Amino acid sequence: MGGKVTSLLLAGVGGQGILLASDIICKVMMEKGLDVKKSEVHGMAQRGGCVTSHVRYGQKVYSPLARKGDVDMIVSFEKLEALRYLDYLKKGGMILVNDEEIYPPSVNLGEADYPKDIYESLRSQFGKDSVKVIPGPKLASLAGNRRAVNTVMLGAISRFTPGLVREDWKKVLTEVLPEKILEANIKAFDLGREA
Amino acid sequence: MQEIMSGNEAIARGAWECGATFGAGYPGTPSTEILETFAQYKGVYAEWSPNEKVGLEVAIGAAFAGARSMAVMKHVGVNVAADPLFTVSYTGTNGALVIITADDPSLHSSQNEQDNRNYAKFAKIPMLEPADSQEAKDFIKLAFELSEKFDTPVFLRTTTRVSHSKSVVRIEEPVNAADRTEIRHLPLKYVMVPMNARARRVEVEKRTQAIREWAETFEGNRMEMGSPEVGIITAGMPYNYAKDSFPEYSYLKLGLVHPLPEKMIRDFASKVKKLYVVEELDPFIEEQVKAMGIEVTGKAVFPYTNEFDPGVVEKAITGKSSAPSVTLQTIPPRPPNLCPGCPHRGLFYALNKTKAFVSGDIGCYTLSYMKPLSGMDSCICMGASIGIAHGMSKALGPKGKGKVIGVIGDSTFIHSGITTLLNAAYNRSDAVFIIADNRTTAMTGMQEHPATGYTLQGEKAKELDFAALGKILGVESVEVIDPLNFKDTTKILKQELQKEGPSLIISRAPCVLLMSKKAAQAKQFFTDPDKCIGCKVCLSCGCPAISWKDFEKTGMPARPDRKKQKGIAVIDATLCTGCTLCAQLCRQEAIMREGE
Repeated sequence: MGGKVTSLLLAGVGGQGILLASDIICKVMMEKGLDVKKSEVHGMAQRGGCVTSHVRYGQKVYSPLARKGDVDMIVSFEKLEALRYLDYLKKGGMILVNDEEIYPPSVNLGEADYPKDIYESLRSQFGKDSVKVIPGPKLASLAGNRRAVNTVMLGAISRFTPGLVREDWKKVLTEVLPEKILEANIKAFDLGREA
Repeated sequence: MQEIMSGNEAIARGAWECGATFGAGYPGTPSTEILETFAQYKGVYAEWSPNEKVGLEVAIGAAFAGARSMAVMKHVGVNVAADPLFTVSYTGTNGALVIITADDPSLHSSQNEQDNRNYAKFAKIPMLEPADSQEAKDFIKLAFELSEKFDTPVFLRTTTRVSHSKSVVRIEEPVNAADRTEIRHLPLKYVMVPMNARARRVEVEKRTQAIREWAETFEGNRMEMGSPEVGIITAGMPYNYAKDSFPEYSYLKLGLVHPLPEKMIRDFASKVKKLYVVEELDPFIEEQVKAMGIEVTGKAVFPYTNEFDPGVVEKAITGKSSAPSVTLQTIPPRPPNLCPGCPHRGLFYALNKTKAFVSGDIGCYTLSYMKPLSGMDSCICMGASIGIAHGMSKALGPKGKGKVIGVIGDSTFIHSGITTLLNAAYNRSDAVFIIADNRTTAMTGMQEHPATGYTLQGEKAKELDFAALGKILGVESVEVIDPLNFKDTTKILKQELQKEGPSLIISRAPCVLLMSKKAAQAKQFFTDPDKCIGCKVCLSCGCPAISWKDFEKTGMPARPDRKKQKGIAVIDATLCTGCTLCAQLCRQEAIMREGE
């Protein structure tokens, strides 16, 4: 991790638990002694619309917003949303995509088509090894809580955060999540981490 | 101890740590969480006032009594509070008074992009501007100290990125502040009749001069000398963007954006070869630096509109971007939308059918202007709906009969719709007015208001009765409807549009987010593929739970018996809340509940 700043961009749709996921990443990084900033937008923009959260960590972080072309990893909680922010990705950056489609209004109304072959197009543009598809809903159900997709994605992210071990994440999850749903979420995290 | 906090949480924490005991305001993105968080600390009084003007007046009263008090609002809220604002600048404060203005560059959740630094200069009130959560916590304390030291209200300005970004903050314990509240009779200072105000006016100029001198030594205004090639004067969040892009340059980072430290600026300018001002929105600092006769580049290369990020600063200064060029595929947009089960959907679907001009207001329901609901024709500011409808109806005369409707949310009505409804009744309007009463302040995240029956700090309060209020204001025809009952809503709308004189309809159904538990238990609807003829009527209410499945595109089997049918509507059971609206619209009885 050293002197440079790492930038993550979490994207998806309101209600997917993106803000909680980015809160957890921040806490994990802070407890590792790193400086961390994150940024997102609340209010009208959030009602069923796109949600993004920028998370940046390193020895010293100034901007809570990443610049275009400087994001180390785009984590898309919804398939289509991965395409919206590709100009933020750094050369050689990673894309994690949750395998879940949520239709925007124009698609629901039959006025637009949900893009096909999203994974193929991402792989051909950025390289096969740079795109990782996570079957979030499937793994969350397997863990016993269909809503734990965000924790599955945290598990997937944790594979790409050198210097951190499973216990660092588990500790924060235990602090942050209500006891009632903790066990299923730890399981979801592990399934995401192994995915 | 360290914690990760949003700028808003840090402001609330800082206020509590330094002994502030009083806060008032009205919810508004991006300011809302400041009072919500502050209200939860021990030993404080915090209230949602009906609007920002009232909030500021309440906070002034607390400051006159000697408390450390704050008024909290979004940028446009300061417009509402501007009347007391300009004169409390003259009276000074006795205790401490901090006015927090949360600006919204990029209009993430606002109707305009005004730069409230202008208010500081206009009202002659000093303004601090933090750049991150730690500074937010430090500066709110400074703001209270500054207010007491110079007997002045003080502005603390944030922007959306300061309010809603999170960063690491050092937590401290609260000081044990002595209670300094008492009644002090100071009529020459507080009674702003012309003769007293003229005297205070002179004091305001003396005070500003004193703060100007103090600003030269204020540690929040600091030089960070790097390369002498380029110097950047900046404040607030843009400081971070510039430092991120150009860590090697020299900086004059201003914590106090009004009044400016002229000597310090001259000194800094003399030490660098090329000088920039990096500021979002208006050239507020730039124009003042230019007025000092200093050569500086600002809006010549930086945009006037929208918030910046490190890339914007980089491109403005170097003329190019280091980001690799990526061609983005055109993909369907994902605008915000009314939630599945939202009661506003029923009301605005019916309003669209009236073909009337619908003068709207500020709230979630403003989203109903979009297709397919297309249920609103105008939206200016909080409370404007009723006045605009009344004015339009009067101007149109008989041509406008039954064709002009003003719609306003419950919290917005309380904010600034009461006087305007009184006006419409008094001046015998012919328009129909509707209070879209969803029992909460939904858009900003479910805040209480005088008609919910609870205060910000959770105490039971007397519920305002809209129907009784309408009658008292002089509206004779008052009806209450359930907007999710399509037939009745349409009937009452038709009936009231035909009546002479003003009508008030209270469209009452709680926000679906208040109902989440109950909604989760409600039986969801589904479409019967045998009965659905693909007419798309259900889709026209714009519910996110209903989607169109084209036979050809999805590979679903076409209907041999109905050759013209191109697809069917499908309801997503995980999104459906069982509100029944689509089932009422379906003429084929193809939409039914599970188990029925």
